[in-house]
Amino acid sequence: MGGLKEVKDRITSVQSTIQITSAMKMVSAAKLKRAQDAIIQMRPYAEKLTEILVNVSSTLDTSEGGYSVQREMKNLLIIPIASNRGLCGPFNSNVIKATRALQKKYEGCEITILAAGKKADDAFKGTEENIHGNTLPRNMNNLFNELAFTTVSLQAERIMEAFIQKQFDKVVIIYNQFKNAAVQNVQVEQWLPAVAPEAEEKSTFVSDYIYEPSKSEIVEELIPKSLKTQFYKAFLDSHASEHGARMTAMHKATDNATEMVDDLKLVYNKARQAAITNEILEIVGGAEALND
Amino acid sequence: MQLDIVSPDKNIYSGEATAVLFPGVEGSFGVLDNHAPMIATLKKGAIKITKEGNTEEVVEVSGGVVEVLKNKVIVLAE
Repeated sequence: MGGLKEVKDRITSVQSTIQITSAMKMVSAAKLKRAQDAIIQMRPYAEKLTEILVNVSSTLDTSEGGYSVQREMKNLLIIPIASNRGLCGPFNSNVIKATRALQKKYEGCEITILAAGKKADDAFKGTEENIHGNTLPRNMNNLFNELAFTTVSLQAERIMEAFIQKQFDKVVIIYNQFKNAAVQNVQVEQWLPAVAPEAEEKSTFVSDYIYEPSKSEIVEELIPKSLKTQFYKAFLDSHASEHGARMTAMHKATDNATEMVDDLKLVYNKARQAAITNEILEIVGGAEALND
Repeated sequence: MQLDIVSPDKNIYSGEATAVLFPGVEGSFGVLDNHAPMIATLKKGAIKITKEGNTEEVVEVSGGVVEVLKNKVIVLAE
């Protein structure tokens, strides 16, 4: 009899959990749509930029600016891109795990970590790796408040500047690449020194362009643009992945909670029925005792 | 000719144009129909688009790259 009230309370509490998780799922679905649109919007720009860059630099020997200089590996900058919020399954922990693995791999080097997203920042805050020069911010959490090219590329510029100043010899970005709402892959991508874009065969048929200014000047202008685009794309991918991961996680949570409510209802009804049977037995027993 | 102005965030302009005036780094230049293939970089300024019927439209950019190829003009603006 005593269990009845407790079971009822639990049912109510699980039901309110369902309301929260399903609402979060809906919100994530809407945000995912917008994040995906941003990726799609970005695509023509990125593709065209790479195409022009390949086109121009294919006829030029790779005498690019300071962004592709291979230096001896001493200072490594790792940029893990996670999110400011949790409740999104393994999304954040995967990035943190990959970052730790990379730290181990480059044990002998001076490693600096510049986290984007509160969850990654919390994981590395206060560690030795998180302290660095004053030209860079301590984290980049605020970028997620409103993800826009202008703000992201501003940070990219600062990091590129630090690379040119030889503060770092290599910059690696770790982020969740967006495949679809259910699948996100953790990518460990070398950002600097710049990896030359792969030349596709189709770009060879028109090379008699008029260049204004000269080819090398155009390349010099294009490479930072392409780097910034790559940087921004990692953020967009991560953003879309975050909402995808949260949507999936919340969907599962809702399913589990619904199942739990069903089970609890069964327990509740059984207990209720047992209580009624008991009561009737008592009444019948009492009546019989009077008859005797 | 077909003109597309795209930025990483959005599609700024897409449509037909009869003449376009660009703020090139080495001075402004115009592009008309059947222009030779060209790649040029832009500085901060305004792109003036003349559409059919002599209507004009102005798009502000803070830099970018233009590719002209086979009556297709693509501007990667910032």
